[in-house]
Amino acid sequence: MSAHLLVCPIVLPLAVGALQLLLGERRRGAVAALGAASCVALVGLAAALVLRVGSGDELAAVYRIGNWPARFGIVLVADRLSALMLLLTAVLALALLPCALARRRQPGGPVQPLAQFLLMGLNGAFLTGDLFNLFVFFEVLLAASYGLALHRPGARRVSAGMHYIVVNLVASMLFLIGVSLIFGVTGTLNMAALAKLVPQVPENTRALLHAGAAILGIAFLVKAAMWPLGFWLPRTYAAAPAPVAAMFAVMTKVGVYVLLRLSLLLFGDGAGAASAHFGAAWLLWGGVATVAVGVVGMLGARELGKLAGYNVLVSSGSLLGAIGLQQPAVTAGALAYLVVSTLAIAAFFLLAGLVAPREEVDGASLLEPYDPTGMALYADEDESRATVPAPVALLGLSFLTCALALAGLPPLSGFLAKFALLAPMLEGGAGMGAGATTLFTLVVVAGFCTVIAMCRTGIQIFWADEDWVFPPIRAGEAASVVVLLALCLALTVLAETPLRYLAETAAQLHAPARYIQAVLP
Amino acid sequence: MELVLALAIGVLAGCGVWLLLRPRTFQVIIGLTLFSYAVNLFIFCIGGLRTGADPVLRDGADLSQYTDPLPQALVLTAIVIGFATTALFLVVLLASRGLTGNDHVDGKDGTP
Repeated sequence: MSAHLLVCPIVLPLAVGALQLLLGERRRGAVAALGAASCVALVGLAAALVLRVGSGDELAAVYRIGNWPARFGIVLVADRLSALMLLLTAVLALALLPCALARRRQPGGPVQPLAQFLLMGLNGAFLTGDLFNLFVFFEVLLAASYGLALHRPGARRVSAGMHYIVVNLVASMLFLIGVSLIFGVTGTLNMAALAKLVPQVPENTRALLHAGAAILGIAFLVKAAMWPLGFWLPRTYAAAPAPVAAMFAVMTKVGVYVLLRLSLLLFGDGAGAASAHFGAAWLLWGGVATVAVGVVGMLGARELGKLAGYNVLVSSGSLLGAIGLQQPAVTAGALAYLVVSTLAIAAFFLLAGLVAPREEVDGASLLEPYDPTGMALYADEDESRATVPAPVALLGLSFLTCALALAGLPPLSGFLAKFALLAPMLEGGAGMGAGATTLFTLVVVAGFCTVIAMCRTGIQIFWADEDWVFPPIRAGEAASVVVLLALCLALTVLAETPLRYLAETAAQLHAPARYIQAVLP
Repeated sequence: MELVLALAIGVLAGCGVWLLLRPRTFQVIIGLTLFSYAVNLFIFCIGGLRTGADPVLRDGADLSQYTDPLPQALVLTAIVIGFATTALFLVVLLASRGLTGNDHVDGKDGTP
């Protein structure tokens, strides 16, 4: 059983999703129970993998499908980073389950099977050890995400979904061009074999290899929404239903994951003088630009969903910039930030869906434009009737927690993660040039601007606007938000073990010899 | 043969990109299709062009007489996936046409 542990996170959602399709819409109870069982099992599997690769003796578990040698067959590889991403995805899916179940009586297509297929694609993308299967799993997760983004009707949703599909189809084609260029130069698509071959590529074809890697990188940067490739994101995420948008919070992180893995595996320190750190400067400055655009968008956003979308851009940009620095300490901090920001952003997307009127008519959930002369915000309030209904109090408290986590203010885990990301940049050292200073400054400014944007939104929704109608909240929806934020809180209290795991993950990523050794013995 | 294939890929990709940037959904989907043809041909030729060479090995054969089978396997997968996602896009295109009443990519036509 333990030998086949690696393939389970892919096979299980596939089987469950297919079963759910067979059961159909009429037996909702069975479908929901299957989905719940699958999510619980995935968390268990991912935790088992984390324990297995984190225990020290086995740094990367390898599964050869059909027992073919890695250069010919398909390999699945789980190292610390893959296991971490699997666990994050599974936990997020489990946390979102109550919300999805609470909404299951609303009209729409087969949401649960699509969610399972999305999980299959995500898990496959994190586990696969070669570039072509990465493409296949990307397509699986994208196809499921198209269905999820569009599963409720509405002109705005369809139009945003259409842009999303076109952008991703073009990105997939760039992915294929990059993959085939790399194959043409090296004759293999296995990541570990590629890492071995990159230093030996003859000089006359090295430019072609770099071109292939760059085109491939663009495909992932579209997923990670780097400026100027990320304009599709805020609109699509704002238009998607709340639990779906929350699940999508992990999808930009797939792009970040692949870039982190490939840039350190193929173009790390061991790639030879001509290829080492190829593209790192692009990632760094692209990340800086993304954070800047995200901050401006956040301050200008007048809709909660868009505000959350620009938060995704800020998080993605900080991560890309941190990857571009290529320092183990920064990478460890970036991983911590990745985990916390994914959870916090998912919670924020859920909150945005709960606070805004349920069937969003265009403009109904818009915030007021900023007007310093208008006295609506500062009007004297009648303090006598200061009773706050319990659901609104819960929402307000969650919103506050979310804002603290996103802005990176103490005492929540957002602060710890941001501190872990920024402290190595402050200490300086080799390789920390003007880029590190700029990124540091921008990430701090971004935190400050997040506070401003969230304060403004919170004041308008929870304090000033007496006409704001809170839609009724279902217990499941509230449970999802509370669980996600409780995870952020738990990470604050139990920070030591995860941070040590992440530091070891970063060390492993920056010394890929063990990974290559495990795949190609 | 290389020149013909390169020209074909270039023309297909050029037409595809140009159509992709047009404002009508029908033009976009034709552009996507052309672009995916170009990409498929590109994958197909990346292993080197041979005519009449076998991709499946026999015992005691000289490897230089064979063509690389992997790009052919890759291109098959790419064709299937590309076709499926394009079909999916076609459904969304029709839904958008039905919901907004026009075929502009933004759902809003300049001339009502």
